[in-house]
Amino acid sequence: MLYAILRRFGQMLFVMFGISVIVFLIFFATPGADPAARIAGRNASPEVLAAVRHSFGFDQPLYVQYARMMEKIFVTGDLTSFVNRGWKVVPAVMDSIPVTLSLVFGAAILWVVVSIIIGIVAAATRDSWLDKLLMALGLLGISMPVYWLGEVMNLVTQSRYHDSWAFSWVPPLGYKNFSDDPKGWFLTLIIPWITLAVLYIGIYGRVLRAAIIESMQEDYIRTARAKGLSETRILFRHALRTSLIAFVTLFGLDFGALVGGSALLTEVVFGLHGIGKLTYDALQNLDLPMIMATVMYASMFVVVANAVVDFVYILLDPRLRTS
Amino acid sequence: MILSVRDLRVSFRTEDGPVRAIDGVSFDLEEGEILGVVGESGSGKTVSLLAVMGLITDPNATIEGSISYKGRELVGLPARELRRLRGNEIAMIFQDPMTALTPVYTIGWQIAEQIRAHRSVSKAKALERAEQLLAEVNFPNPHEAMSRYPHQLSGGMRQRAVIAMALSCDPALLVADEPTTALDVTVQAGILDLVRKLRATHNSAVVFITHDMGVVSELADKVMVMYAGRVVERGDRADLFSVPLHPYTQALLGSIPPLTGEKPRRLPAIPGSPPSLLRLPQGCAFGPRCPVRYEPCATGKPDLGTNVHAAACFRVA
Repeated sequence: MLYAILRRFGQMLFVMFGISVIVFLIFFATPGADPAARIAGRNASPEVLAAVRHSFGFDQPLYVQYARMMEKIFVTGDLTSFVNRGWKVVPAVMDSIPVTLSLVFGAAILWVVVSIIIGIVAAATRDSWLDKLLMALGLLGISMPVYWLGEVMNLVTQSRYHDSWAFSWVPPLGYKNFSDDPKGWFLTLIIPWITLAVLYIGIYGRVLRAAIIESMQEDYIRTARAKGLSETRILFRHALRTSLIAFVTLFGLDFGALVGGSALLTEVVFGLHGIGKLTYDALQNLDLPMIMATVMYASMFVVVANAVVDFVYILLDPRLRTS
Repeated sequence: MILSVRDLRVSFRTEDGPVRAIDGVSFDLEEGEILGVVGESGSGKTVSLLAVMGLITDPNATIEGSISYKGRELVGLPARELRRLRGNEIAMIFQDPMTALTPVYTIGWQIAEQIRAHRSVSKAKALERAEQLLAEVNFPNPHEAMSRYPHQLSGGMRQRAVIAMALSCDPALLVADEPTTALDVTVQAGILDLVRKLRATHNSAVVFITHDMGVVSELADKVMVMYAGRVVERGDRADLFSVPLHPYTQALLGSIPPLTGEKPRRLPAIPGSPPSLLRLPQGCAFGPRCPVRYEPCATGKPDLGTNVHAAACFRVA
């Protein structure tokens, strides 16, 4: 078991190395373009160009350039955005991490809890009106785009009904630091959490229902019935337990992607300056150092989330423990 | 009398119309007796015993007739009451040990779970008992096996674990649904020995479903041969094997290669295939495949009658 975990950890480092090399090559070794000119931005003076060229080692072989880049991101942390006139890239990323993590973690807790409840209830009352209603609602949640739902939420809670008793507690858009104002942090995030979670509640509820119904057909469920166990125990201890494996896979992929910047739309709609927003702005300005850093960060989270999923896997499924 | 089934009928509603999977099955079982139920796939052996266990969960199924366990009527018994019997007084072993155990729990846990479902004992006591049971079904190292997951055991060992689980509450009736079909012949012999030994030590009655005449001839006290949802012949093992009455039973026995003497160049087989339950022939269901059919077979359904050794065949009556 320990060996499996260590091996997985080693694979994770290897994958991250691979990603960093590929991203580096895409941005800095594309033939026919001068990376120094792109980093320096439009209308850069020859002096700035020369400084960039020297600082990134563009006059030296590729592997030195790669090492310089990694050093600037991970060791010294002094990667600088020239497009944004001397803005330090690494601190900017570090500042947006808590925003994105707050948003995604909260939404994840919400969608996991609600979708597990929905999946179990729908599977237990299979083909009843309740099951059909829950699945229809799930489909509705999947069909509503986040930018639309978010704007409707804002319209309702920020302007149209803001003065009614129901939504007067909703604070203005923006992010409040948890350490400064825990209550404000929580209140500003409630609506974004719900908005982001709706889609995933729909997907996960449906996936879990299908997985539970599938495992209820398995032979070991018949054995469990023959043992004289109660239907509740069969559902929770035998069917749900084996269904969670599919659920965890999906969660790892979605969670990693969201933390890595896929929550962009939600961040923009609610004025949260997270990683998604940062990447989006960097792409708009062709801010190469910033793109490099955010892509590295995003890939790191996807890889870490996947590794965590694999660990949970090993805990959930004893068949994976023997190497 | 431990189990008495009278005129059991099970039918399923399907898209192609109603299907009668079991059509009037009756049999009795005494304490400590082994009943062999034989028939081809789809003859209704498994369904009739699932009905006894109350394990037919298909909402499209209807069960009629009477199943009386120790004088208590099981058909129509509330699910709660039935659950108290299941795994406790009536236990079942399934065909495929590979998939019969929940993959994410240890053997010990799964046996203890059943004990705790029916007896109010501590978890430690239940685990202790589980280990005893594993020793009883000849696990070479019961203590170690307790913490094994199903995928870490061979098919034969898994089937032993399933048997240990079935025995955990000292059932008075054990239903074994082709427990040896998925196993090697050598492992098979071990499992049969085990069933015989358990009958001796626990005095449980056993219903042993199989399509293997050889297994029946070794194990059973009484035999019931099924075809297309009906019992076509029943009797004591010795009678049935020495003088098979029904042409179907005769054909089944004829298709076993002889151990001594000259081997036939080709093993005789029963021509045709079992009828679809959706389109049963009029008259005797075996009629179209029967070598000795005559006029009455095409119109009437033969009765089993009341003899101890009886066959549902117009040629016999």
